[in-house]
Amino acid sequence: MTQIVTRQGFARETWPEAGVIVTFESLWNGQDLPIERPIGVRLAPDSNAADLEPWFDTMAMVIVPFGKSADGRGFSLARQLRQLGYAGIIRAEGHVLVDQFRAALRVGIDQVAISDEQAARNPEDQWLAVPHFDGYQSRLFAAE
Amino acid sequence: MARKFLPQVATANDLFEGDVIYLTADNTWTREHAEAAVAETPEAAEALLKAAEAFPLQVVGPYLADAQIVDGRPAPVHFREDFRTRGPSNYFHGKQAEKTEA
Amino acid sequence: MYSYTNFDAAFVRDRVKEFRSQVERRLDGSLTEDEFKPLRLMNGLYLQLHAYMLRVAVPYGTLNSRQMRQLAHIADTWDKGYGHFTTRQNIQFNWPKLKDVPDILDALADVGMHAIQTSGNCIRNVTADHFAGAAADEIEDPRPTAELIRQWSTDHPEFAYLPRKFKVGVTGSPNDRAVTKAHDIGLRMVRGEAGEPGYEVIVGGGLGRTPMIGKVVRDFLPKRDLLAYLEAILQVYNLSGRRDNKYKARIKILVHETGIDELRARIEETFRRNRRLLPDVDPAIVARIEAAFAAPAWADRPVPDAPRLDAGLASFIDTNVVAHKRPDHAIVSVSLKPTGGTPGDATSAQMRVLADLAERYSHDELRISHEQNVILPHVHRADLPAVYAALREAGLATANIGLVGDIIACPGMDYCALATARSIPIAQQISEMFADLDAQRDIGPLKIKISGCINACGHHHVGHIGILGLDRAGVENYQLTLGGDGTETATIGTRTGHGFAYDEIVPAVGRLIGAYLDARETPEETFLETYRRLGMDPFKAALYGQEEQADAA
Ligand code: SF4
Repeated sequence: MTQIVTRQGFARETWPEAGVIVTFESLWNGQDLPIERPIGVRLAPDSNAADLEPWFDTMAMVIVPFGKSADGRGFSLARQLRQLGYAGIIRAEGHVLVDQFRAALRVGIDQVAISDEQAARNPEDQWLAVPHFDGYQSRLFAAE
Repeated sequence: MARKFLPQVATANDLFEGDVIYLTADNTWTREHAEAAVAETPEAAEALLKAAEAFPLQVVGPYLADAQIVDGRPAPVHFREDFRTRGPSNYFHGKQAEKTEA
Repeated sequence: MYSYTNFDAAFVRDRVKEFRSQVERRLDGSLTEDEFKPLRLMNGLYLQLHAYMLRVAVPYGTLNSRQMRQLAHIADTWDKGYGHFTTRQNIQFNWPKLKDVPDILDALADVGMHAIQTSGNCIRNVTADHFAGAAADEIEDPRPTAELIRQWSTDHPEFAYLPRKFKVGVTGSPNDRAVTKAHDIGLRMVRGEAGEPGYEVIVGGGLGRTPMIGKVVRDFLPKRDLLAYLEAILQVYNLSGRRDNKYKARIKILVHETGIDELRARIEETFRRNRRLLPDVDPAIVARIEAAFAAPAWADRPVPDAPRLDAGLASFIDTNVVAHKRPDHAIVSVSLKPTGGTPGDATSAQMRVLADLAERYSHDELRISHEQNVILPHVHRADLPAVYAALREAGLATANIGLVGDIIACPGMDYCALATARSIPIAQQISEMFADLDAQRDIGPLKIKISGCINACGHHHVGHIGILGLDRAGVENYQLTLGGDGTETATIGTRTGHGFAYDEIVPAVGRLIGAYLDARETPEETFLETYRRLGMDPFKAALYGQEEQADAA
């Protein structure tokens, strides 16, 4: 089981049971999408965000994998999705450290799914204690 | 290729000061290499390392280092360990200075 | 000079507060060492051979007198009265205690400094030409660019967990004094077709285990596209750099394995998309940064003509003073390489003297060079005698810049936990061998660079003579390379052959220099030129000659 963490703390799973999660490969290879809605897509660490563009409106959620804590590819994947205009939910799944939580939200991740084992080690108060101040980047690129 | 077993001491750095320290036979830490406990067999070495790892609030990065017995006391074998018993060679800082103060 | 905005100041204070609580949690046991280590490294705190070491960033090597005095204060209060300037324009304190580090960081924040991102797999402290804003050959001051990159790369949410560390170097001059070709990204200011300034972008340089000279990925990048282009490079690297092997994780390996053309295509594609999606940098911020680096109000005083100089001052001016962009000013390099001293070390008293001199004679500016010296960048020529006299009194007037005594050496096994051999004593002995500065001047320009392990912090690959200390079967052993070059004609040096023991390496260097003196065609021909003309043979003969004869006998 996993524990969902959002900026508001530990949250209940909101993904409906009727929804389906497909892998990026099956999306890429198969012509027929399932009829069930909503559809979520689970990426591989080496997926290319731009390849997903045709499905941006279809995907209610994209799951970005976080392997070992030193593997920062997920940050780039999530940010690319946002830069390309994806507006659905982005979930980080796997080993996200409390110390990485602020950065995760800043690249456009909405929620983090951690293992129950990690949730026991990093209880909710640790996640709630993370300060969410602005970084340099939001200042530098302020002119929209 | 099996390497000949050398006597081992357990060494680490002090968490607060960063200073080089060694585990003694009565399970305390000393700044003197000569006071270190010596493991004479691989089994004893394993036990020594285990004992050294039991001080997470006091020491950082415990490991085993080769030693030789000189005048009945353990002394370092490798030059790196030898430097660790003294301090840097460009200034009279670190252990070498503390010894003369004492 | 740039001074912190309220935003900068609040940001740095927040980080100190955060680290203070992390240290407390480590000391009370709620953080294990495994959890704490990455957090302390993010704040520049290493555990070295004999003690902790704090690495403080000197962004693009620029300091004012107040900052330098604070470094002296830190050295006196929490360390042993000195600091070590590094080849990355940082300063390292070798003896802090863990519990004092948050206080040191607060003292740094008081003067707009920090130790953030001086370690870890992130974008490190940006380095720049130490003559920036003063050099006669400069197209444009590279520091506004470096400051913009500092702000952009600080706490960047996407690039804090890269495959490996990432170093950016910037130069504004055609004469590359910032070793840009040995950086993950090197930026050289160039002019476009209409004369507008922009950058040549070099990628994939680096020393270390697999030394490589960077390759040009973009001939001309307009200034306004800089951050979008850097984001593109970093994004491609973050997603495709190798994470399976730490020795193959630098971007130079990605360039090497992918090929520069293929990589360029990927970077350019990402860039085209980013430029469309990324808003422009707020022009008010750019303007503020540029204004901060506006030239100081130059003093219009006459230069006394043809003053009669004493011999010491004359040779000091000869070796340590170079042309400024204003003819009535000069750039003074202060050597931190006294004969027999530790390269790059300054005592707190010396730091205060340098601060005073900067305040009085150099428009309050100091620079740290990657060659581990300190620069007074804007000295009026009329003030040179006074500056020289003050330096001499503080033991800072060694007239050996660019000569055999001006050795780069990393801390090596006297301090560094990663070292395989010592480097400092080798540098000390070489400089003692050539204690006579007249002899040094006769030998001429010669760069000796020493690293205590394969990580190459001492840049040995780009030394005219490079020395690498290794551990061979439990004994210190030193390998020599010749012909390296860290300038715009960057070259990796070539190994001479087998290495030398600790007590053989200094005489071996002496033989190399003897061979050069015998072989040079004129006194003007430099060591590097002689090596390039003749190749390795005469030097090999000088190093190994007797052995070969012994073998043949
Ligand atoms: S080159 Fe090696 S020994 Fe020297 S400072 Fe770097 S890591 Fe340490």
